[in-house]
Amino acid sequence: MFTKYIFFFLSVLALYSAVMVLVSKKPIHSVLFLTLAFFAIAGHYVLLNAQFLAVVHVIVYAGAIMVLFLFTVMLLNLNADERSPKPAWVNFIAFVAGCMLMLTLVGVFRGYDIRVAQDPSLSQIGLVKNLGRILYHDYLVPFELSSVLFLTAMVGAVLLGKKEQL
Amino acid sequence: MFYCSIVQVFKIQNSKFIVQYSIFMMNTLNSIPIHYYLIFCSLIFCIGVFGVLIKRNALVILMSIELMINSINLLLAAFSAYTNDPAGQIFVFFIMVVAAAEVAIGLAIVVLIFRTTHSIDINVLNKLKW
Repeated sequence: MFTKYIFFFLSVLALYSAVMVLVSKKPIHSVLFLTLAFFAIAGHYVLLNAQFLAVVHVIVYAGAIMVLFLFTVMLLNLNADERSPKPAWVNFIAFVAGCMLMLTLVGVFRGYDIRVAQDPSLSQIGLVKNLGRILYHDYLVPFELSSVLFLTAMVGAVLLGKKEQL
Repeated sequence: MFYCSIVQVFKIQNSKFIVQYSIFMMNTLNSIPIHYYLIFCSLIFCIGVFGVLIKRNALVILMSIELMINSINLLLAAFSAYTNDPAGQIFVFFIMVVAAAEVAIGLAIVVLIFRTTHSIDINVLNKLKW
């Protein structure tokens, strides 16, 4: 029962922050609400007993990606309102499209029932020990390739951000 | 369950009280159906799609993409926990890696756009449109 209340609280918090990301006029408010949504989703990971993912999520998203967004907003002085908002009929069509997508997803998921359901709070797969063993044993090559991807992304970002033309 | 998770972080799960607490929670805790996660993640995903469609600020569009990626991550982790299959959580880890790289490159491109056009309104980027 207690878990259910935590689940609903975190869900409402995440949904509210996600809506406020779009409603906010200034980009810096959007960034701060997005941080709140990320923390709510990290709470969901803890609720699923995926502690490694919760910690990595907080470090990567709230620690690294949000700092990148905040630096971009503040250094470029982008904290201004949108100059030319889209016309109302575009917003209406976008809203209808989003509702249609939601309806389709709900219709797809309605008949689904999981067969081998297991209490997620009792599964031990989310602990650092078990995930680390699997990551370094079965998924070693993708792990190393992701480090190459990170190096490429870093070189690309530095190259794009250089002032003088090459 | 929440209490158990915190306790497991601090590696004191061997005490007798925790074992009894887990057994007590075992009966009460299977109360969140997987459908709740499906509906919740679909809602977050649709909010992200809606944001990409209506916004003109390139930064807010990137944030909406982050929202979509997060909803997919949470759903993968939920299915992995409910079916006791660790591959889902490994995939979440790799998706996080790709998302971090994507944000770094995307923000560098946003900075470049701002330098050349003095705006991050995506409406000015219509040279390749027709």
